[in-house]
Amino acid sequence: MSSRPRPAGGPGGRPVLLKGGRLLDPSRDVDGVGDLLVVDGRIEAAGGTLEPPEGCEMLDADGLVVAPGFIDLHVHLREPGGEHKETILTGARAAAAGGFTTVWTMPNTDPPIDDPAAVGFVRAEGERAGGARVMPIGAASLDLAGERMTEIGEMVAAGAVAVSDDGHPIWNAGLLRRLLEYTQTFGIPVLQHSEVRELAGFGVMNEGKVSTALGLRGQPNAAEAAMVARDIQLAELTGGHLHVCHVSARQTVEQLRMARERGLSVTSEVTPHHLALTETAVRGYRTDAKMNPPLRTEEDREAVRQGLVDGVIDVIATDHAPHHYEEKEREFDDAPFGIVGLETALGLGMCELVEPGHLSLAGLVDRMSCSPARIMGIDAGTLRPGSPADIVLFDPEERWTVEPEAFLSRSRNTPFGGRELTGRVHVTLVGGVERYRRSVPDEAA
Amino acid sequence: MRDGTPPGAGLGKDLVGLEGLTGEQIRTILDTAEPFKEISERRIKKVPVLRGKTIVNLFFEPSTRTRISFEFAEKRLSADTVNISATGSSVQKGETLVDTARTLEAMRIDMVVMRHGSSGAARFLADRIPSNVINGGDGQHEHPTQALLDLLTLRDRFGELEGLKVCIVGDILHSRVARSNIWGLLKVGAEVAVCGPRTLIPLGIEELGVSVFGRVEEAIEWSDALYVLRLQLERMKAGFIPSVREYNRVFGVSAERLERAREDLVVLHPGPMNRGVEIDSDVADGPRSMILPQVTNGVAVRMAVLYLLAGGKPEAAEAAKQGEA
Repeated sequence: MSSRPRPAGGPGGRPVLLKGGRLLDPSRDVDGVGDLLVVDGRIEAAGGTLEPPEGCEMLDADGLVVAPGFIDLHVHLREPGGEHKETILTGARAAAAGGFTTVWTMPNTDPPIDDPAAVGFVRAEGERAGGARVMPIGAASLDLAGERMTEIGEMVAAGAVAVSDDGHPIWNAGLLRRLLEYTQTFGIPVLQHSEVRELAGFGVMNEGKVSTALGLRGQPNAAEAAMVARDIQLAELTGGHLHVCHVSARQTVEQLRMARERGLSVTSEVTPHHLALTETAVRGYRTDAKMNPPLRTEEDREAVRQGLVDGVIDVIATDHAPHHYEEKEREFDDAPFGIVGLETALGLGMCELVEPGHLSLAGLVDRMSCSPARIMGIDAGTLRPGSPADIVLFDPEERWTVEPEAFLSRSRNTPFGGRELTGRVHVTLVGGVERYRRSVPDEAA
Repeated sequence: MRDGTPPGAGLGKDLVGLEGLTGEQIRTILDTAEPFKEISERRIKKVPVLRGKTIVNLFFEPSTRTRISFEFAEKRLSADTVNISATGSSVQKGETLVDTARTLEAMRIDMVVMRHGSSGAARFLADRIPSNVINGGDGQHEHPTQALLDLLTLRDRFGELEGLKVCIVGDILHSRVARSNIWGLLKVGAEVAVCGPRTLIPLGIEELGVSVFGRVEEAIEWSDALYVLRLQLERMKAGFIPSVREYNRVFGVSAERLERAREDLVVLHPGPMNRGVEIDSDVADGPRSMILPQVTNGVAVRMAVLYLLAGGKPEAAEAAKQGEA
């Protein structure tokens, strides 16, 4: 026997009973008060009043929503090479704080994750981190150079769940075709950062009225939509699974709608910031509003939101992109793209989608958990008995103010600092084990 | 401030661009420039208006006329000036702009005039130091003192800016001079159009309130004043135009084309000119040319901006230049 007790909820640990929460499981159309029992890292039973087994640990879920943990298909945890921005450890813990139980990490680190050893490193660091599950995405091309295919089979054997050159588009149509064919052996998707580079140029924001007034180089909507139009043809040609990252332009939504109507294996994601903000956030040369793809117009914002509501866009993904403050504290042209997103995703989803009535709470949980599990074939995103106990407990009504200094992420680059959000994560369980609990101020004090 | 008028005509701490100013503020600057014109005509071109003030001219891009014009304005107002020239961006230089700003501030300066290659750099600096910041051109964003001197020149000539029809011809996309002139002219009630190859007209320009002419002939027929922009020769290499020769053929402002213009149409140019490209010599050197009056007015306008940002009251400018401040 090990002298150290195994953690409660996990394999070999004491069972955990979540008592009296609102069980919300869109994967089974469940929404009602009930208990949930976790045994050996899996959901043993969910619903009704459950008797605590012997030696059971109790978790009071009264007033909280108990939902399948969120799954983020698009994060940048920066390790190796960018540890001053984020590490796998800080990123995995920030994810758990945001209610995420699984994150897929992009391979554009330095060096990039383009071989099985690097994939194994990310996987191992993720396991040590004690936060959300960290699932590595392997590079689609060696050194992200867009020329030669990586050893995808070897990377999958080492734990890779997808391939992508994110940060760069896979611009060579021949390479993308081969990738969409070759990945079918392993049943994994190709995640594409869609951007025609000749059109995006060195654009640092959306091209239009605001870029014209600010004198900043712009990227037109067509830079994204034209690439997506091309890629949909390749998905149709090959039958491979194309996943379109961070949709930002209304014309892209039109392309995706057409692909959906034709029944193609094309899925897509939208970020919380493209749902919440427009290009006007850049005014004043705010580098915390500099991201790629850029924030677009109100028309585009409405279109991506409608796409998500209609299911044309499948999931919300944060594109969590940490940067050190001094990298953002410079001229707009020179600042890097991206913002952190893990710890504000739920609150933004509540404020931008649920409160205005675009999506139900179940709809939001679906887009953040069930849908990513469904489109990627992940064994999660449900409270069905027998499933891994990847669970988030959150208060859907609690209002709080975003304080970037309080983030568990190593970086604070967010345009949402000071904004009041609704909906706050209290506890996150990964494989039944508590990986995050919000520290509540001492009420006696 | 006995009468409650805020110092500096309420311009605030900085002059970053004309987009944020009102028509009234712009007119105040132009009015304040009037008395300062005369100083440069004196035998002893110096008044003690800014005595004891320290001004840094911080130029991250090469500039001859803007830097010299500011330096004359500062020296004729008796300020102490330091010129810093850094080629390339602050990043290439190895020091970040925020560090440069803090370093200057630690030496207790009063004002900074900055030219920088990145749009937004002036705003960035102004937000981080308590000194007055004057934008001497930031990337493709704004060049407010250039537009102010252009407005002054047009007002000198026509007496009134309201209703004046001004067309800016050339590379609008990359031009901070165009942007500042668009804001400035619109705010004082002028009508503004732009003209150039569509590759050099930025998307959404109409939404700023300007009209677009596809052909320079139409622009000439419409205009009271043509503002001809310098064509950077590297635009050809970047593929915006096929050749400089063709640009001159299609968009060049020539005496022949101006035959169809109204009799008192004037031509402005911010310099330096590419003779035979965007403007032909017989126009640049001809009776319609405002190019040298623009340069002369540049010093007076910059004196006015320095004076107002230093806290001078517009109505006291006449007395101030007599040494009574």
